[in-house]
Amino acid sequence: MMVKIQIDGTYYDVKPGKNLLETCLALGIDVPHFCYHGAMGSVGACRLCAVKKFRDPCDQKGRIIMSCMEPVNEGLIVSVNDPDAKMFRAAILESLMINHPHDCPVCDEGGECHLQDMLVMTGHNYRRFDFKKRTHFNQYLGPFISHEMNRCIQCYRCVRFYDDYTGGKDLAVFGSHDHLYFGRGEDGILESEFSGNLVEVCPTGVFTDKTLKEHYTRKWDLSNTPSVCVHCSIGCNTIAGERYGKLRRIMSRYNGAVNGYFLCDRGRFGYQFVNVENRIGEAQIRTSKNSNPVEATPDMIASACAEALSGSKKIAGIGSPRASLEANFALQKLVGKENFFAGVSRTEHTLAKTAIDILQHEAIHSPSLKEIEKADAILILGEDLTNTAPMAALAVRQAARNKGIEVAGNSGIPPWNDYAVRLKAQDVKSPIIMANPFSAKLDEIAEKTYRAAYSDIARVGFAVAALINDGAPGVKGLSKEQLSMAQHIANALKEAKNPMVITGTHGGSEDMVHAAANIAMALFLHGKEGALSIVFPECNSMGLGMMDGKPFEDLAGLPADSTCDTLVILENDLYRRADQSLIDDLLERCKNVIVLDHLITGTTLKSDILLPVGTFAESEGTLVNNEGRAQRFYRVFPAEGTVIESWRQLKELMIFSGNHESASWENFDHVAQAMSDSIPAFAKIKGHMPGADFRILNEKIKRQTMRFSGRTAMNAQFSVSEPKSPVDPDSPLAFSMEGANETPPSSLVTNYWTPGWNSNNAMNFYLDEPNGSMKGGDPGFRLLETAATKHILFFAPVTGAFTPEAGEWEIVPAYQIFGSEELSSQGPAVAERIPEPFIIMNRRDAEEAGVKEHEMIDLTLTRSSLQVKLKIDDNIPAGVAGLSTGLPGMPFLKLPESGRVKNSKK
Amino acid sequence: MEKPLTKHIKPDGSQLNLKNFVQDGGYEPVRKVLKGMSPAEVIDVVVASNLLGRGGGGFSAGKKWSFVTTDKEREPSRYLICNADEMEPGTFKDRMLMEENPHQLIAGMIISSYAIQADKSYIFLRWAYKKSETVLRKAIAEAYEAGFLGKNILGSGYDLELYLHTSAGRYICGEETGLINSLEGKRATPRDKPPFPAISGLFGKPTVVNNVETLSCVPHIIENGADWFRSISLTGEGGTKLYGVSGRVKNPGIWELPLGATMREIIEQHAGGMMDGYKFRGALPGGASTDFIIEEHMDIPLDFASLVPVGSRLGTGTLIILDDKTCPVAFLHNLEKFFAKESCGWCTPCREGLPWVEKILESIENGTGKEKDIETLKFHTWYCGPGHTFCAHAPGAMEPLQSGLKYFHDDFMQHINEKHCPWRS
Amino acid sequence: MLTEQEKKEIEEEVKHYPYPGVACLDALKIVQAHRGWVADDAVRDIADLLDISSEKVDGVATFYTRIYRKPVGRHVILICDSISCMIMGYEPVYKHISAKLGIHFGETTADNRFTLLPITCLGNCDQAPAMMIDNDLFNMITIENIDQIFEKYE
Ligand SMILES: Cc1cc2nc3c(=O)[nH]c(=O)nc-3n(C[C@H](O)[C@H](O)[C@H](O)COP(=O)(O)O)c2cc1C
Ligand code: SF4
Ligand code: FES
Repeated sequence: MMVKIQIDGTYYDVKPGKNLLETCLALGIDVPHFCYHGAMGSVGACRLCAVKKFRDPCDQKGRIIMSCMEPVNEGLIVSVNDPDAKMFRAAILESLMINHPHDCPVCDEGGECHLQDMLVMTGHNYRRFDFKKRTHFNQYLGPFISHEMNRCIQCYRCVRFYDDYTGGKDLAVFGSHDHLYFGRGEDGILESEFSGNLVEVCPTGVFTDKTLKEHYTRKWDLSNTPSVCVHCSIGCNTIAGERYGKLRRIMSRYNGAVNGYFLCDRGRFGYQFVNVENRIGEAQIRTSKNSNPVEATPDMIASACAEALSGSKKIAGIGSPRASLEANFALQKLVGKENFFAGVSRTEHTLAKTAIDILQHEAIHSPSLKEIEKADAILILGEDLTNTAPMAALAVRQAARNKGIEVAGNSGIPPWNDYAVRLKAQDVKSPIIMANPFSAKLDEIAEKTYRAAYSDIARVGFAVAALINDGAPGVKGLSKEQLSMAQHIANALKEAKNPMVITGTHGGSEDMVHAAANIAMALFLHGKEGALSIVFPECNSMGLGMMDGKPFEDLAGLPADSTCDTLVILENDLYRRADQSLIDDLLERCKNVIVLDHLITGTTLKSDILLPVGTFAESEGTLVNNEGRAQRFYRVFPAEGTVIESWRQLKELMIFSGNHESASWENFDHVAQAMSDSIPAFAKIKGHMPGADFRILNEKIKRQTMRFSGRTAMNAQFSVSEPKSPVDPDSPLAFSMEGANETPPSSLVTNYWTPGWNSNNAMNFYLDEPNGSMKGGDPGFRLLETAATKHILFFAPVTGAFTPEAGEWEIVPAYQIFGSEELSSQGPAVAERIPEPFIIMNRRDAEEAGVKEHEMIDLTLTRSSLQVKLKIDDNIPAGVAGLSTGLPGMPFLKLPESGRVKNSKK
Repeated sequence: MEKPLTKHIKPDGSQLNLKNFVQDGGYEPVRKVLKGMSPAEVIDVVVASNLLGRGGGGFSAGKKWSFVTTDKEREPSRYLICNADEMEPGTFKDRMLMEENPHQLIAGMIISSYAIQADKSYIFLRWAYKKSETVLRKAIAEAYEAGFLGKNILGSGYDLELYLHTSAGRYICGEETGLINSLEGKRATPRDKPPFPAISGLFGKPTVVNNVETLSCVPHIIENGADWFRSISLTGEGGTKLYGVSGRVKNPGIWELPLGATMREIIEQHAGGMMDGYKFRGALPGGASTDFIIEEHMDIPLDFASLVPVGSRLGTGTLIILDDKTCPVAFLHNLEKFFAKESCGWCTPCREGLPWVEKILESIENGTGKEKDIETLKFHTWYCGPGHTFCAHAPGAMEPLQSGLKYFHDDFMQHINEKHCPWRS
Repeated sequence: MLTEQEKKEIEEEVKHYPYPGVACLDALKIVQAHRGWVADDAVRDIADLLDISSEKVDGVATFYTRIYRKPVGRHVILICDSISCMIMGYEPVYKHISAKLGIHFGETTADNRFTLLPITCLGNCDQAPAMMIDNDLFNMITIENIDQIFEKYE
């Protein structure tokens, strides 16, 4: 299986099918390169990866080849250190430096610049070129990305990433010869949801992080901590960088099973909420139900808490899908299992439970994003992934290429030869079928789209399952068009080697999830894997769903006197989850409302005791992503003021309540252990925990780089004596530049660095091979395999066909990548990208309702009404309208539901 | 002496119409192939004829065709493209063939398309060749009308469409893979090889790209056989060649001669020798991207193999003469300016190296050059050389430079030492 | 807005190809044939018609020398500045033209009559120096015959 090759006189057994460059990188051999990228393959443009190739052992002369374009075949003999190859590589750098400004001191990339790395690595030093440099104008590219074209070295990585990899449209290369320009046609916001990756993909400082610029810090001066994105259910791995107690930026942290090299823009730029002005810094108390809470002394808080908790007949707790497992667990302990309510609406709760049950089924496999990338036929049922789980959409885009890669492979073109594959494949695509009520970005790669109301999509889904396996219940009364659609989908899935179904809970339709499950189970019976991916609304929806808990509406629904005296609400704005009147009533009814949160929300304003807790950046915890993968995030920096982690705050509250079980929870490990012991679904967590006492050669893992500067002076305006580094009792990470020099376990990587590589291209050396897995396995571990339901029980369809009613529209939610997620919306950069509330209707319906495109219309729903702008989408079916959902300022709406519209002016 | 390529052409250069060409038997080879030869037989004859590509590369046309898969199930459509982008400075041979004998090219394309079983063929014509465009459009229409193109050609069951595509400027469109990208409506950056166009070409389908002159030879090979074709050349490489001369000669022009004619014969007999008052200093044998040859190479056969030992190559076979009243530095500067501007901008050595070379040559010509510049220039001839760049554009650009530095070293030094160009007052 | 005629011609080209985007360069040439050059709005219109992004179209447009993304005069003079024409003396002729029209390469006369551009080898090397005005080719141009050539172009 392996082939033997010789590099600089040493023999290696290596995997065939790869190119020489990636093989060298996997072997830990430094081969300079620019245009090659692990996820994007080779195109041979920069010519930097040159090495010498020898025909046979007698060939003394050899010839220069590009290692990125060279397949590793048995008997290959090459030299990386050959003097000609070295001279050539240095010459490439000399060429690129002809026009590159010598502005490293003022360049944001300085210190983590791939170009700097390559200059040092190739040894090019002295300038021979003594003519003028060319210069360019820069463009405004929106709130996320800065543009500085003079620094461009024309490696084409940006357009290859933006256009080819993510399907972006508005970034291109213009001009030719040495007059190339990489940018937009004109100034304007980069439209792609993945534009932030340009920061990491660009080897110089052309595209840099604009949010970092506001309080710029060099890479080596950041204190970096492994974290997990909290802005959707995919759980991308991130590295969070801090200085002076502020979160400065988010970079992607490699996880081969999840996000690979990349992040979406919500994940990268959504962090700013951590730094906003209206963070809750101190505990507050309100004296009457009619006032707002105000700051109070610790003693007052303590006695208020003690009174509320010890003197209560009944305490109830509402957990949160945006809080860690451990925080939810601590709350459950505080209030008792029977009084613990999941902090989500009934619909969402039921859906989550259903979805989790399904995913634990023996016949069903919940795929990782990497597995989605490998699928060769995907049916997406009722989810607009680009907006609800952007990185899953990116994975689907890669999956669409698999058929083309196969076609190219049949002509002997290896998958890494990127342009050759694309050119051979042309527009051949794996079948991706998008079934969604309204148009979505992924439609452009879809082989087929199906536009219908949710109920009809689900019905077609059930029909697909029945067509794949007779055992699955069929659907009566399908139209001819629906039948042929179902047949087409069934055939595409049956014919594929790795078919997959993706659905989600955003549409609020249990039928949809059932239909998706039926298809996956039918595929399983058809001899396939039964791969089903379900997208959840929030970063820990899955984790919360795995805990015992009732929907909190159950609590609100109880008779007034039996509700509870004291209600503890964990990191949750209930106003986003139910009608205002219901929440008002609930909060009114409880004598003591204790809220733990970090941002001011409608709910915190109604708290009697408000306790400040840390965001993800000031806490540690475990989140379960939609795959069922438990992943740990770590405290990025110690919180200011009285802010502590939710689980610690809850531990204190337990003591106030007289429950001393928590007294032994000295550090995070203890609470995690207790949780693992008491909740069977989380039993695995204990075994996988790199505990706080984990050491490498007796040392902790440092968050700061060895070049971290100013430690003795950075706080000199407060005190000239060097402060002691804060202690982190909860993790094996140290807030320090001292620590182990060895590479930590994959989940504890704080910083990518290897000698010679200060840029994030050092990442490759942490992987078993480029675009592979982290050495020692990808971070996180799957919880779902633990339980398995045995026999296959197909679900039966419940709802009937959708029938539009005159003057009424079924209003379905249209989630927005920027705006629909609570936390990221609070940051200024993301806020700039949030659209005005809008409704999507088809032209005929709009005419019928007497409204025109871009006009404001009044939307009346059962319990609320609002003004929104009309967008026309001719694909949305008659009688269905999509409403932007969850945007700041919009009331909670239980969608889908029927509504009426009229022109605001009339 | 046989002159197959130009034998139909009228002495006054007026265009042959279909009727005359058919009367001359010009389409008989097409009939012969479609009625009686299998594609494999056609390829065999062309391989045996040793027809080497006239676009400058000199690769066997027959062999190139044989790389196209015969598996029609996997690759149902294939393409033949005629490279008529002639833009190599100093080259003006394809233009003559298209303007004066378009049907010969069309006949050649039909046979070649049949050999690789292409169902569509394109002529990729240089934008500036307006007359060729008019002539070809008319000829193609005539050929369709007469049933030489379209469905079921001559009742053989073979279908072929032929389109004329005009380019939009850019020398790199002549590079066959750049050409394919351009034909696909993209930026004309070349493609990596392998895969060669025979595996993945236009729209990802097997494709053969051949030069106008190469394709124009094909009907004659079919008509007279491989042995005949090899026999009419002087050196066995097969066929005749259109040789041209430009520069300060008495009678610049283009002639069809047996492959392997010498520079002496071409300059002295056909081009009438140097203009009075001008002396020969050197020549680029086949367009701007070939190495200089000088006086001592006058008697070397100008064919694909013979020029290699003296460090040059035949290229397009159109000689550009450097005379003693033209500054060699200015000559090279002109060439390198062209190459720098025509780089596609894809790979580093070419995109950045050529403009630097151009700037140095300009400074030497202007009298601000330094001795160390010679080193930098020499370095670039290695750096931008064969195998180092993505395509053959930059290596081509380095050929005249490396030989120029060798043969005209004193001229360079004179510029540098005297701080001005001796040819300019 | 593309004219009906332009649209018709572009759609005709699209028919030859497996997908519309292939006709990008053809479309640019068609628009230029009608308008002399290709303005930003035309780039956008072509993009819409061919269902590709305007950035893609502009990336193609700016690659090729013979697509004009800036306005040109009523007539475009292309003077071959390649090697054979240099040997045979295009430079003095260019200087003459330049002085006569008061413009350099890349410029347009104030009366919008001529735009002056260099072009690489016109394949007319045996009759150098060569020049093209619009679609007409001129051989062996000299300082003496320029005036007469220009007369035709109003
Ligand atoms: C930069 C460059 C420009 C070229 N220009 C032309 C050209 O204008 N015409 C041509 O026939 N071949 C040209 N070629 C050669 C083609 O790539 C290709 O080899 C040729 O068209 C094949 O035809 P042949 O085998 O019949 O010669 C060029 C090559 C390079 C590298
Ligand atoms: S050598 Fe490189 S930059 Fe030059 S034309 Fe070829 S591919 Fe383009
Ligand atoms: S990395 Fe190989 S050519 Fe750029």
